Amino acid sequence: MQNTDKPMTRWQRFKDNDIVWSFFHSPGAVIAATIATVVILACIFAPLIAPFDPFDPAQISLWDGKLPPAWVDGGQPQYLLGTDNQGRDMLSTILYGGRLSILVGLAAVCLGMVLGVTLGVVSGYVGGVTDAVIMRIADVQLTIPGILLAILINGIGRVVLPLDMRDEFAVYVVVLAIGLTDWPQFARVTRGATLVEANKEYVQAARIIGLPGWLIMLRHILPNTLRPVLVIATIGLALAIIAEATLSFLGQGIPPTTPSLGTLIRVGNEYLFSGLWWITFFPAIALVVLVFAVNLLGDWMRDALNPKLR
Amino acid sequence: MTDLLQITGLDVEFPTRRGTISAAQNVHLTVKPGEVVGLVGESGAGKSTIGNAIIGLLESPGRVSAGSILFEGDDLCLKDETAMRAIRGNRIGMIFQDPQTSLNPLMTVGAQLVETIEKTEAARGKAAEARAIELLEQVGITEAKARLRAYPHQFSGGMRQRVVIALALAGDPDLIIADEPTTALDVSIQAQILDLIKRLCRERDLGVIIVTHDIGVIANVADRVVVMYRGEVVETGDVAQILGSPRHEYTQSLIAAVPRADCKLERFSSVDYIEGGTKPFKRIDVQTHWLGKAQSHARGETAIEADHLNLSFVLQKAVLPRNRKMIKAVDDVSFKVTQGQTFGLVGESGSGKSTVARIITGLYPPDAGVVRVLGQDVSSNPKSSEARKARRAVQMIFQDPYSSLNARMKVMDIVAEPIRFYRLTSSEGETRKIVGDLLDHVGLGAQVATRYPHEFSGGQRQRISIARALASRPRILICDEPTSALDVSVQATILNLLKDLQQELGLTMLFISHDLPVIRQMCDQIAVMRNGQLCEVAEAEALFNAPKHDYSRHLLDLMPRMDLLESASE
Amino acid sequence: MFFFILRRLGQSLLVMAIVSAVSFSLFNFVGDPVNNMVGQDATREQRIEIRQQLGLDDPILSQYTRFLGNMVQGDFGLSYRIKRPVDDLILERLPATLELVFVSAVIALVVGITLGIYTGIRRGTWASRAILSVSLIGVSLPTFIIGIALIYLFAVHLRWLPSSGRSGTIDFGWWKTSLLTVDGWRAIILPAITLSLFQLTLILRLVRAEMLEVIQTDFIKFARARGLSERAVNFRHALRNTLVPVITIIGLNTGGLIAFSVITETVFQWPGTGLMFIQAVDFVDVPIMAAYLVFVALLFVVINLVVDILYFIVDPRIRLGG
Repeated sequence: MQNTDKPMTRWQRFKDNDIVWSFFHSPGAVIAATIATVVILACIFAPLIAPFDPFDPAQISLWDGKLPPAWVDGGQPQYLLGTDNQGRDMLSTILYGGRLSILVGLAAVCLGMVLGVTLGVVSGYVGGVTDAVIMRIADVQLTIPGILLAILINGIGRVVLPLDMRDEFAVYVVVLAIGLTDWPQFARVTRGATLVEANKEYVQAARIIGLPGWLIMLRHILPNTLRPVLVIATIGLALAIIAEATLSFLGQGIPPTTPSLGTLIRVGNEYLFSGLWWITFFPAIALVVLVFAVNLLGDWMRDALNPKLR
Repeated sequence: MTDLLQITGLDVEFPTRRGTISAAQNVHLTVKPGEVVGLVGESGAGKSTIGNAIIGLLESPGRVSAGSILFEGDDLCLKDETAMRAIRGNRIGMIFQDPQTSLNPLMTVGAQLVETIEKTEAARGKAAEARAIELLEQVGITEAKARLRAYPHQFSGGMRQRVVIALALAGDPDLIIADEPTTALDVSIQAQILDLIKRLCRERDLGVIIVTHDIGVIANVADRVVVMYRGEVVETGDVAQILGSPRHEYTQSLIAAVPRADCKLERFSSVDYIEGGTKPFKRIDVQTHWLGKAQSHARGETAIEADHLNLSFVLQKAVLPRNRKMIKAVDDVSFKVTQGQTFGLVGESGSGKSTVARIITGLYPPDAGVVRVLGQDVSSNPKSSEARKARRAVQMIFQDPYSSLNARMKVMDIVAEPIRFYRLTSSEGETRKIVGDLLDHVGLGAQVATRYPHEFSGGQRQRISIARALASRPRILICDEPTSALDVSVQATILNLLKDLQQELGLTMLFISHDLPVIRQMCDQIAVMRNGQLCEVAEAEALFNAPKHDYSRHLLDLMPRMDLLESASE
Repeated sequence: MFFFILRRLGQSLLVMAIVSAVSFSLFNFVGDPVNNMVGQDATREQRIEIRQQLGLDDPILSQYTRFLGNMVQGDFGLSYRIKRPVDDLILERLPATLELVFVSAVIALVVGITLGIYTGIRRGTWASRAILSVSLIGVSLPTFIIGIALIYLFAVHLRWLPSSGRSGTIDFGWWKTSLLTVDGWRAIILPAITLSLFQLTLILRLVRAEMLEVIQTDFIKFARARGLSERAVNFRHALRNTLVPVITIIGLNTGGLIAFSVITETVFQWPGTGLMFIQAVDFVDVPIMAAYLVFVALLFVVINLVVDILYFIVDPRIRLGG
């Protein structure tokens, strides 16, 4: 820490960073990151990896419907995880479904984050009536649990849209519904962090220099509030993926024509009692592994970013 | 008399991923009954580690790696957790720094005392309660019986520290370790707590170890002193010898750095034993350099004028104005600061001195009154362009070096921010060169510009803050306790830097501090503040030699006695 | 104390006013209420008559006032689909939901807090680590998957418990309970576990985190330095200080239980208000949606009022002032 130290290269500094160090020294985090990366990459590159295209009617035949996984009696080798009721290859459908789930989750979290962080910083820094109004709205929204609100927004969204556009816009409506229910969390945390930061002397110094409020918020306060936001964003991503799956499972979300993991489980659930377990089982496992990996990452991040626990 | 505590060859280390850090090496220390031993050193000296090692509560992953701690003949290093628990409280008591956080906020003071008494003594129920009352009375708490039912938040800071002491005494220990017991308290309360500790030591024949960074505390209570520097004991001796004729080079420079209360010196004597070292002051020719442009060196006119300033804060909100609880933080304060002079604002915490500084810089608008900077009214219409322009001449140095710099910005960007924002230079290249010059000038060197604040020590950060303030080319510098978070040797170098800058640039300074000796060394004029009001404004030497107001006299009386130190330097 | 509660009450009323405004606007902006009442083939005259009957041509503010007045009396009008008063429908199904939420809350609180304390105190033991790893899986399991898995295991595979519905109820006239018979318990146990699992893991992790936080504080260090036993330090000092933030979160999360009861009730075909809500959304049955919204907000507000009072009891700093 002395002046005489030679400046480190970027890579050395990166490796020396406590957070990076703690990452490579916690097996849980490495495993989680690996699983998450594999699952996420597999889903994102689904069109390249998947053996079949579940949206291409030419590749689907009802004759191949309800086939069990390849290693079970009656299974066929080209359908590794079996097929669903319409004869689509389970593995391909899961990859495509996971892709949609991740995209919806990411988009919803980004929407909630941008909205919440902006309102939170403004609320905390400006204070007064602005703060009161924003935070009361957040309070009221928190009275209605997120998933309920998402169901409601989603329900209203579908009614407001003309019939023929419903399926087409269903994905956007879901993103909007989840993103809009997410923002109070971000706003509250950002506001809290902003209140702490705004009282610190470096912000006072910036005010004495004469910088305008927006510049102080953007350059000084925002970068210093991002740590807790990052943690919530990760956990929020997990929750958003669950929320999307839940909506779709309840039949409120993404229509069966463009399957997400939740839709797949919903469809499969109808066949569970007749013994066709794989139609539900594999999408469910994929969903849980995906969410678990994201949660593990968030968990590690919370510990690593908490200076008190180090 | 036999030693109560005898530490020999103690090593404490903290294994970390970047290698083992040695917090204490080969420490020798003895304590006799009825004796106060002062363990003094600056931050990072390892003094608190010794206290924690004795009581067996080293923070993880610290461990004692060599040496012994003999307490009445038993080696504490060899005892297991159960045996240590029997010793803690019963035989060795501990007092921590911050009375705000040392007590459980959800339990009454009585419950915490009774619980400790029941654990350490045979007394139960009513008897334990009677003992608790007795203890509270001993530490000087009146109406002890009624106060047993009170919660910690209902006590003032000083009273809470008394409760903490009562808790430490509950098991009737033979040794008390007090870790910075008065650092979080106001001067007037500091003196009372130190008196209490000293009295208890004499009355009960206790051995006391006071861990502190404050030479004043040592001078007041210690019988013997152990000086630590970077984990090692550099000198041990009795208090008169250590303060009067220190032998070790470190002790000498440490004591030289303590601001004198008895007379004003031009500069602090050069301190060579400090971290970082003072780089030679790189001279800038102010006549030609960027920093000197747009400066007026005229003296005699008024730089700052505070005209009947008032500001109240709301303590408790209410819809009806008459139900609101207000506190007058600044109550009809008026003063003038002459250009080129240093004006001191002194008072205890809560006296409103920092609030005055923040009103002058425009951070808080006053409820009533006017602030004039270089003759321009800046408070009546703070958004006007004249007011903004005048306020740019005022910059501030803050108390906490850790929160006064944005941790996410490089030093270059921190210092260059005002230059870039106001386009004070013609090109980015010139900006970088000027930032380099400024960093050189404050003794850091231009090469630090690419680093982040967390790579610097407290003193170095304060230098960055000063460079940032200079980058606005101010004519007035407001220093709000600029050195109170720093070690005394670092304080000396920062104060010297401020003096040099002032002379060179003809700056006007408003210097705020609770520390009278520092104020005496820095200021030409002094105002004494209490409860938001000015008690007295006087020339510095006049105030110290013949204070007029009762409160000024009271404050001067509370200054730590440094007779030992003063007689030695004659 | 009195003013504190009064202020909270004021805030609660504000929340209810806003929520009611939202549910009022549902009526006006989601679909055409007249269409919903009379169907597609009504004549123009019939429509105008109904519009007048419903007062739809009055100024918005007076419509809202009327809506508020009706709401306070519990009158939300007729369900579009079932054509019965909404308040009757809700009251009929309320006991099922409340019993489910109650049993889940008890499971989540008792198990969650116990395990949270255990993992907070016995850090680093393998049992703690195992509990924590399992708990992370717990937060990663969507409620409906837990439900499906439990049904498959206990109802389809082992055939120990019923897979859906509510049975063994005893009718008191105003309340139908399933908590007094073995059959009732057999029916409620799977949905209750399903509903509680997510909250349980959340509470567990929260209690542990708060415990770790409190253990770092000075007063715990001071308690240790006084030689107090580990037991006293952990339970008398650490745990009570942990409770203050935990109470708040639990208050918020009870709202979560009600929300997720929608999902649980759907999976288990549990005849409660949540299932009714989902069906209402499917058919855009606005009166039920609006009433359910107000009902959930009301429950939430009441729970938080209780939490505030609890706060008051636990924390002397609030009770006695600074």
